[in-house]
Amino acid sequence: MKRLAIYGMMAEFDTTSDLVAAARRTHEAGYRKIDAYSPFPVEGLADEIGFRKNAVPLIVLIGGVLGAISGYLLQYWISAVSYPINVGGRPYNSWPAFIVVTFETTILFAGLAAVLGMLALNGLPMPYHPVFNVPRFAFATRDRFFLIIFSSDPKYDAATTRTFLESLGPRSISEVPS
Amino acid sequence: MDDRTEEVTLGKAPVIEPGHTFATVTDKISAIVLTRPTSVGWLFGFGVAFLVTMMMLYAIGYLFVRGVGIWGVNVPVGWGFAIVNFVWWIGIGHAGTLISAILLLLRQSWRNSINRFAEAMTLFAVACAGLFPVLHLGRPWLAYWLFPYPNTMKYWPQFRSPLVWDVFAVSTYFTISLMFWFIGLIPDLATLRDRSGNRAAQIIYGILAMGWRGSARHWARYETAYLLLAGLATPLVLSVHTVVSFDFAISIVPGWHTTIFPPYFVAGAIYSGFAMVLVLAIPIRKFYGLEDFITERHLQNSAKVMLATGLIVAYGYAIEAFMGWYSGNRYDAFLLWNRLHGPYHFWYWMLLVCNIGIPQVLWIRKLRSSPFWLFLISMDILVGMWLERFVIVVVSLHRDFLNSSWGMYYPTRWDWMTYIGTIGMFLALMFLFLRILPAISIFEMRTLLPQAEVKPE
Repeated sequence: MKRLAIYGMMAEFDTTSDLVAAARRTHEAGYRKIDAYSPFPVEGLADEIGFRKNAVPLIVLIGGVLGAISGYLLQYWISAVSYPINVGGRPYNSWPAFIVVTFETTILFAGLAAVLGMLALNGLPMPYHPVFNVPRFAFATRDRFFLIIFSSDPKYDAATTRTFLESLGPRSISEVPS
Repeated sequence: MDDRTEEVTLGKAPVIEPGHTFATVTDKISAIVLTRPTSVGWLFGFGVAFLVTMMMLYAIGYLFVRGVGIWGVNVPVGWGFAIVNFVWWIGIGHAGTLISAILLLLRQSWRNSINRFAEAMTLFAVACAGLFPVLHLGRPWLAYWLFPYPNTMKYWPQFRSPLVWDVFAVSTYFTISLMFWFIGLIPDLATLRDRSGNRAAQIIYGILAMGWRGSARHWARYETAYLLLAGLATPLVLSVHTVVSFDFAISIVPGWHTTIFPPYFVAGAIYSGFAMVLVLAIPIRKFYGLEDFITERHLQNSAKVMLATGLIVAYGYAIEAFMGWYSGNRYDAFLLWNRLHGPYHFWYWMLLVCNIGIPQVLWIRKLRSSPFWLFLISMDILVGMWLERFVIVVVSLHRDFLNSSWGMYYPTRWDWMTYIGTIGMFLALMFLFLRILPAISIFEMRTLLPQAEVKPE
């Protein structure tokens, strides 16, 4: 794929409400390849930029189920197959004694799935990203809010997109080199 | 306005003092790490803690050379300080997870300013705790035998033993706590990366922040993962001390073989954990001028949690005593008599004074809101909870069924050096943490500000 010289157009806002309103109007204007950046999670912002499919819960569920099955099977195989020890004729598959470790492996696998799944879906770690080329973007982790329209959006046009973003009343607009 | 902001703006004592903006919150917390010069007080505190840590390493080194015979453990008291300290440290860790996970699920927004360092406290406390059972193994260098791995001896752990459950519980607890803490740190590490003027710091924080840029998509997945982790950590933290209590409760030793142990261990863990939170928070807010963020409200709430869990612990003692009498079991009855009048009776009475008597002053609002008194009461609770574990481990073991097998337990200087040494290590790690990472979660503090609300158009 040809790499575009311009990654997108970025607008800077002062408040959460401005950013959410701007994101909504950008989405309504037909832009689809957009993203918003904020120094803390803003309620409803992901909805406004058209993000719906959050796969994290499913990954955690799969992790938990795998953890439960593998934890139990590990104990079953060890205690009943590989290294059976007869204690007063009690059953080898003494499941009540295996609950604790099964529980722990369930939590462990589900927790690992939550963290690694979230990072993988977010594409992190990613030390370099074009948005970091904008000097003012350093404030995205302090007190400023940013909206970007990617140049890969079919509606993207340097002049009209800039005019559109200006109509949202941002504090500044910058072109993001890739 | 949802109840969150209402609490922040209209509540009695605010969780964050009015007048702050996103920028001031960010700058104030990150300045502790980035611009504030290393103070003489920090150097002194860290230096002392570091020396005490060295003393612990010396004691451990000698232990490796000579074996556990240098400790006071012997038949009949085979567990001694190692297990007392293990249970004490694990318990202290519990408050961190309670604050970060359970209070998150309960939407207690005041937790936001104390969860970061409480989680750090959890990690360091669990690290101290983990040392003891390993050192107690006799051949600590073979500690990996505790885990199931294929080996040439064709031999596996016994999964019907609570001691093996403990290995899984504690290692899972440490892993989940570490991930929870690190995930919470990522957005703040990005803030430090962007705020730092120092190239080396930018690179280090940059690597740790993994390229976090605060994208709305990332935040959505992040919040889901964080919430789910909290949901997973909640039963986990309750299970860890339950499993620790199984180490005792599954045995048949009088004083251990009781069903009240799991809930009463968990309550005791939270009790001592909140005491440690206050012991750390009160000096930190004073020396770093964080009274705006760790307000009287936090101190009051922590005090109330201590009061409540302290009463549960008191109930546990009462039931133990009641069962000693009511069960009609002569060994249980003797245990009760032995606690009250036996050779260690002084420590049992001290335990009752420290854990049940003195903390009742927390009913007085004036003391509950005084940092000075809260600090002293918290220290008292930490001592009391240590004594509780001492009484459970030592007093139960030293006189069991046969009086021909009775004996006494005397800790040696190596026991004390190892125990005090872990306190030094804990404090040294806390000092380092305060200096290189944000002790208060910056991004969660931003969400507490009224400006964070999205106003409808």
